[in-house]
This record gives sequence, structure tokens and C-alpha cells, in this order.
Amino acid sequence: MSSSAPSSEAPRPQPPATAGRFSEPPLAATALEERFEELIGAVLSSRRTAAGISQRLARETRALQDFALHWVAVTSKTNPELAYQFAALSADAVAALGLSGAERWLLAAMDVYDRDGLYRASAALKDLDGYVARARETATGVALAEVSGVLELFVTGLSGRRLRLEAGAQAWTDTAVLTLPARVAIFPTRAENFRVYKVMAALLWGQTRYGTYNLDAAAYPQEASALAHFGLLEALRIAARLARALPGLHHDLEALAQPALGPEYAAARARLERPDASAADSAELANEHRLPAVPPAWPFLAAIDPSSALGVRAERVARESAALKRALIRLQDDLQAAEDGLGERAEEASRALRLSVSETDEDVEVSAIFDGRPVAPPPSVARLAESLFQDLGTLPEDMLVAAGDGPYRPDANSTGEVPQDAIDARDDEPGPVVYDEWDFRRQHYRKHWCVLRERDVHPGDPAFVTRTIERYRTQIGQLRRSFEALRGEDKRLRAQPDGDDVDFDAVVRAHAEVRAGAELDVRVFSRRARHARDVAVLFMVDMSGSTKGWINDCEREALVLLAEALEVLGDRYAIYGFSGVTRRRCEVFRIKRFDEPYDQMVRERIAGILPLDYTRMGAAIRHLTGILSSVDARTRLLVTLSDGKPDDFSDGYRGEYGIEDTRQALIEAKRAGVHPFCITIDRDAASYLPRMYGAVNYTVVEDVARLPVKVAEVYRRLTT
Amino acid sequence: MNAPHAVDPDALRVREAPYYRPLGDEIALFEAAYRNRVPVLLKGPTGCGKTRFMESMAWHHGRPLVTVSCHDDLTAADLVGRYLVTANETVWVDGPMTRAVRMGALLYLDEIVEARKDTTVVIHPLADDRRALFIEKKGEVVHAPPEFLLAISYNPGYQSVLKELKQSTRQRFVAINFDYPVAEIEAGIVAHESGVDAATAERLVRLAHMTRNLKGNGLDEGASTRLLVHAGKLMAQGIAPRTACEGAITQALTDEREMLAAVHELVSAVF
Repeated sequence: MSSSAPSSEAPRPQPPATAGRFSEPPLAATALEERFEELIGAVLSSRRTAAGISQRLARETRALQDFALHWVAVTSKTNPELAYQFAALSADAVAALGLSGAERWLLAAMDVYDRDGLYRASAALKDLDGYVARARETATGVALAEVSGVLELFVTGLSGRRLRLEAGAQAWTDTAVLTLPARVAIFPTRAENFRVYKVMAALLWGQTRYGTYNLDAAAYPQEASALAHFGLLEALRIAARLARALPGLHHDLEALAQPALGPEYAAARARLERPDASAADSAELANEHRLPAVPPAWPFLAAIDPSSALGVRAERVARESAALKRALIRLQDDLQAAEDGLGERAEEASRALRLSVSETDEDVEVSAIFDGRPVAPPPSVARLAESLFQDLGTLPEDMLVAAGDGPYRPDANSTGEVPQDAIDARDDEPGPVVYDEWDFRRQHYRKHWCVLRERDVHPGDPAFVTRTIERYRTQIGQLRRSFEALRGEDKRLRAQPDGDDVDFDAVVRAHAEVRAGAELDVRVFSRRARHARDVAVLFMVDMSGSTKGWINDCEREALVLLAEALEVLGDRYAIYGFSGVTRRRCEVFRIKRFDEPYDQMVRERIAGILPLDYTRMGAAIRHLTGILSSVDARTRLLVTLSDGKPDDFSDGYRGEYGIEDTRQALIEAKRAGVHPFCITIDRDAASYLPRMYGAVNYTVVEDVARLPVKVAEVYRRLTT
Repeated sequence: MNAPHAVDPDALRVREAPYYRPLGDEIALFEAAYRNRVPVLLKGPTGCGKTRFMESMAWHHGRPLVTVSCHDDLTAADLVGRYLVTANETVWVDGPMTRAVRMGALLYLDEIVEARKDTTVVIHPLADDRRALFIEKKGEVVHAPPEFLLAISYNPGYQSVLKELKQSTRQRFVAINFDYPVAEIEAGIVAHESGVDAATAERLVRLAHMTRNLKGNGLDEGASTRLLVHAGKLMAQGIAPRTACEGAITQALTDEREMLAAVHELVSAVF
């Protein structure tokens, strides 16, 4: 499939400012006022006019005026009031930030508007001075959002438990989430500021890894100053552990300014640097009152909050110990069954599974013994045991053995309660997924804009499928035959160096050539080669309200015919429907997953496809691209069956916005190695589909009645 | 032109005792299976010592070792043999599998799932109690001598639907599970194989554990023992530790920008 290969960068609607405009004379105040009346007349009145703004802007260059007018126009489509406020501040903003800086300032405010509404957005706009100060800092500062991906992987790598990173006012951890400041701009270079983040994250990780919160609640100092000391002493203890386990990291820590510790701390320090020092030592030292009343300030120090951390830890221990218990019983059953299968039955007593967990040289090691021989514990068991070991410092006896064999199962409760770890592991039931959406006016994505859920199609009347097959009997026969021809048919390759049969033509020719004095050609065999098709296709079916009636019937019939034909071909295929209302309720309907056979259930689901709401296509394409990308195939096709333009009744999705977002989603799909194609019955398609899919990647079926047969034909053409 | 067809079994013998540190009871399992003429399936992640284990077993039993690295174009004919044309005649040439059966070697099919599906046709009769190789083109049946052993390897870590081992195949084998050795042993292996000192080897192993923690969080596999040995060899040549790890481990594991940065930070945390 050759596409017109649209470039990844969408062309800008119109250049906000070009060098050439500098020579043009600036607009007069009256001309500007007229334009503002046009653009944001809705928020102007007799008492609030654009006169002041116009006079202010009239003194500026034409380039700045054009910039202001352009972005007022863009912003007014989101919110005219915001556009008015932007206009009022635009000249000052450009003066302080330059044109591109002012553009970023406005876009940041628009993001705030998307997230928190007008009130916050206008506050953000008005805080121009604050923004300017932050922008100066940005050049050298590091934002958590930029580095949280790397840091999260970093702390996950340091020890097996997954920790989340969040931005907060102060660095601290509840042992599940590491809270770090949203921005670090202490040093003049980005590298140094990143190092601050890394060290702070490592110290927090150290609190979870080295048991800062492994004490009883009563053991933690009560007084504020003692608790502050506890935090400082823990940092010293963790630093000493890092020095032994992760010398490179400790080096980074030492490169930062150290807390100014007086000689009073010498004894405490020596005690905490011992390899067997624990949080209990820190607590004891902090309570002894031998230290100064207020500990020295240190900007990288983490706050300590035992009450919330202990709650999180207790909840995790309860959950993980139950999960470990279940996993061990299952593992023991499996091992016993395997042994029974081998017929090597040992004594009952020795057929128990026993875990052992040890800490060797900064590493937690999990091993297991079954029937007197070591067995490798599965990664899930090892991970649970390690995590529990981190929390408890040791594993109690009852967690090491598979307790309670026999018919009783802790998880076989009939209350219908789903165990926590089962919820975590239920990846076949994805929750809502959030997708960005492309706003062509801003030339930016709206972050986390669409919420999409996967649902099942309610099975429909099975008679529909039987009826369809009956009605199209001859066409199905033809389709099957034409698809059979496509199938990875065996082909005989001639003149091969090796094969399962002799190619007599080649032999005769070779013989003649040898007689004629030429060199012997050894390629005298023929071989059957299978031309393997390696295609995965996902059909994305429009379930919007506009397909109601006749079109919906044809769509369903088309799918039945298609499925019948594809069964012959053996290509992997999936069918999903899509619909939705507003960005908060985009829906994708499972009709046939890739791993499902074309069975009665799928047939009933095809029959059950209903016209629903609107066509917000971007989010559906992004989601289905993800599904398609996870299938291992040389060719991946995303075929859309549609009856019209992308459309949604709110958020301005209708028209150009929807087309541009869909186009952007398709560009993303192409980047992910997916070939998009569209089959539509909209006769006006030529006006917008080439923009979305490229000139050759769509086809219009003019006669709806032909749709059922056409879809399969189009597919056949596409894949040959 | 008839020399290349006769392969001297001696050429396939393992000459020096391979360095192999047992990890658990894999040797006992192997011995029991070999005595009972049951084929074995070595399961485990890449670079954890499966091939080295086979070399060690071959040396121990004094049998030739025939190793075939399977790839997606490997057909049954590549394993069994084919007719080649020479001056005025066609000559049958045994494939590696036939050779291995005839000489009673240990035949090791590495990464079996990569091979074409038609190879199962020749593997199955050899793997069950028939222990026979059917050479269809010649109409010949080669019965395996008692010393012959079929071993295949398989990495269950690949989460690909196309790379599953079929039940009908896997249930013919005794499975021996391999994993990365415990830290202490792994450090010993790295030190021995690469020539770095014990402290450096320990740090390398610690780094490997960290990358293995990231498996499933963006990495398909953590750093294998083999990668650690590579990094150690570079260090033994005088390359600075961080540079050696960058080349031998970080860049070998991933191309993804964020993951590269994260592994880079892990390297600099350890060294």
C-alpha cells in the first residue's frame, strides 16, 4: 500500500508572525478594535470594550499585532473570555518572553483551562510575572515530569518493588509512592539538578528498602524535634548503606552539600554506620536528647510521617502475605502433581515446600526446597517474598511453608469477593484508558483528554447470521473461492539447489551444458514452498447513531461475509466497534478479539451491533492501534468501516477539529507500523478522506447494498 | 569432492573441560534422563548457561556434541540431509541431525521454537521411545544408539504467540529449568570467565539484578550472565567500568531512550 505519506508535522494554520511582516505598517487602533469585535464580540459590551487593548497594541509592531490577533482567534474558539484576557496581556507577555515564549505561556494557560476551567486558567494567565520567573528557571531547572519516567525505572531497578513517583511540596514517602518536589532548580546546570532528584529519590527508596518504617508505631519519636532528628539520622544510616551497596550513587550524594553536623553527632554517626544498624537505632538516638534541640537544615532531607506510612505498609503486608500463601499452596500442588506423574512418590512429610529468604550482601535471595531438592521459585513468588522481606525484615515461619494443604483453599471463598491480587492481575478486563487528543488550532495535544472504555457487545439474534449466510449463499461461495486462491498456496520452485523432487527440465539442461563443456549447474531440484501470509487485520466498525437502520444492517452483513471469507484465508483478524458521547465516554466494543475463534458467540455479537452515539474516531484509532501493535505480524491493517466524518456533539469535535484529530491518530498509527484503510459509504468522502487517510487508502462504496460483498473484495485487493 | 561429507566425530568432541558451575540439581536430572534415554528440554532465559551446560555434559560423557542454532528458515531437510549434485551423480549428504544420530552424539537444538514447523516431524519420532530418524528421501530409518541424546532449548521469556512450544512437542521431554545463578555463584562465574576481581564481579551481578528487576517494566530481559562476562572482559582490558557497562550492558539491553537513561543511572549507581 503506498500512501501519500503525510508528513508527521501538520502544517500550521497560518504563520503567526513572519519576518516579512515587519516591513508592513502596524494596524491602527480602530482597525484592531474592529478585528477584536469580530473575534471576541461575545464577551465585549458597552462597559467593557476592546478600545484600551487596541490602543496599547497599536503602538506595537505589526508582527506582534498579527501574533496577538492570531492567538486571540485560536483561543476564542476554546473560550472567548480567555481570549480577551490574553489580548489584554499579549503585549506585555511578548515583551517579557518573546513571541515563542508568549505562545508557550498561552498554551500552558489553555492546558490549565482544559484541566481546571476558566477561573484557574485566567489566574494562570494573569500570573505573567510568576510565569516569567519560572521560565527563566526552566532553562536550567529540571521538572519532575521530565525525569519521573527515568527515575521510576531507576528506583524499580534498585529493588524489585514498583514505586510510583508523585510531585508534592516536600520529599517524603509512604513506602508505596515517592513524593518529590515538582521542580528542582538549585544548581546552575540541568545535570546537577537531575542529580539532586536522583539522590532524593534514592534516599526515599532507601527508606523503603532499609526499613525506616519497619518499627512499631510506638517506637517512633513523638516530639516534632525528635522526629526531625529521626529523619536526619535515617538519612545518615541510609547513606552509609548506599556507600556499601551503591558506591556510585553514594558518590553523587557526597557531591551535594552535606548537613553541617556538630561533634555531638559523631557517636550517633558511628553507630549508624555499622552494618547491622537499623531504624530502631535511629529512633533510640533521636529520643536520647543528647543532640542539639533543632537538627541542622539540609535541603535534600525527606520528611517523616510514620502514621500514613505504617498504614500503607500494614495494608500491603496483609495483601501480599495472603497472596504468597495462595501462591505457595498452588506451587506445592503443582510440584506434587508433577512428581506423581513421574511415579517417584516420596514420603508425604518430605513433600512439603519450604521457602527460605536470606539477605546476602545487600541482595535479597529467595530459594525454595521441595522434597529435599532445591526448586526455583517462580518470579511471582520470589517477588512477593522479597517485598514482604523488605517490609518485615524477616519472614515468619508460617509464611515460608505452604500451609493448609488438602481441600481447603484460602481463596476458594464463596462470598464472591475477588482477592486483591486477582484484581491486579486481571489484564483481560482493561479499565478506562486515557488518550491525548490533537488540537489542530493549537498544534498541540490536549493531554489526557479522552477517556475510553472497552465493552462487550451484547449478543444479538443468532438468526440474523443464518439468514445472511442463506441470502448471500452464492456470493459467499465466490468469495471463498477467490480467497482460497489467495491462501498461502504451495508453489513449486524450480531449479533449486535442494528440494524434494528432481526438476527434470533443469537436469536435461544441466546435462546438455556439461556435454557442451560448460560448468555443471547443480540447481536441479524442485521444492514446494509455502508462501506464508503474515497478516493481522483489525476491522473498526462505526457504531454511531447515523448508521441506524439500513446502513447498520449492511454493516453487519458485511462483517458476516467477511468473517466467512477470512476463515478460509486463515489471516488473524479482530472486529471492534466504536462509538461514544463526549470525550469522557469514548467506547470501543469487542466483537471478536484476535485470540477468539469465529464461533457462535462472535456471530451473535455481530448480530448484536447497534447504532449508538457519535464518532469520536481519534481515541478509538489510538486504542485499536495499540491492540493491533501487540499482534506479531509482518503486515498490520486497520480497516475502518464508516458512514461519514468523525463527529461528536460536544467539545467542538465536529468538522475540521475531528478530521484533524483523526488524521493525527492515523499518522500515529502509521508510525506504529499499522496500515490504515477506510471503507466508507459517504459519497462526500472525497472532500475529507484523502486528508485523513491519504489519497489511495480509502474506498467509497456508493451503493450501500453492495457493501457486504464489497468489503471482502476490498480486503482481498488490499492484501495481494 | 567427497571429503566434506564425512565428518570426523572427533572433531565434534569437546576437548577441554568446560567451566561449568552447577546451579542446582540439573546434573542429576540430566544424568537420570540420559541413562533412561529420555530427551531433555532446557528452559531458561538467554545467556544463563544452557549451551555451556551441554558442552559440559558432552565432555563428561566423552560424546561428540552437535549443536544446531535454529532459525526461522531451518527446515527438516537442513536437519536430516539432502542430495547434492556432483560430477555426474547425486550424492546424499547427511544433515547434522542424521550425523548426530549415527555417531551417537549429543544433539542440541538451540532455540527450537525458531525453527520451521515441519522440523517437528523429524523431532517427534526421535524424541519418543521409537528413537528413530526417518529419512524419507532415502527410505532409510536410522535407529539411535543408546549413547545418543536429543536436547532442545527454549526461552519461555519471549511473550510471543508465535514462539510457543507446542504441547505435543514439549511433553516428550524432561524439562530442566535454568535460571540465572544465585548472586554468589554468578559472581564467581563472572570473575572466572572474564578475569575481573571478585569485588568487581559482585558489582556486576548487583547491576544485573537491578536490570532484571526491570523485566516486565519496559525491558524484555534483564542482563544475562553472558553480558556480565562481556562487560567484565572489557574491564579486564582496562576499559573504565562505566564505559564497559555502557557498551556491554546498557546498549545491549535496549534502544529505548528512557530505559537507556534509567539503566545508565543504575550503572552509575553501582560503579
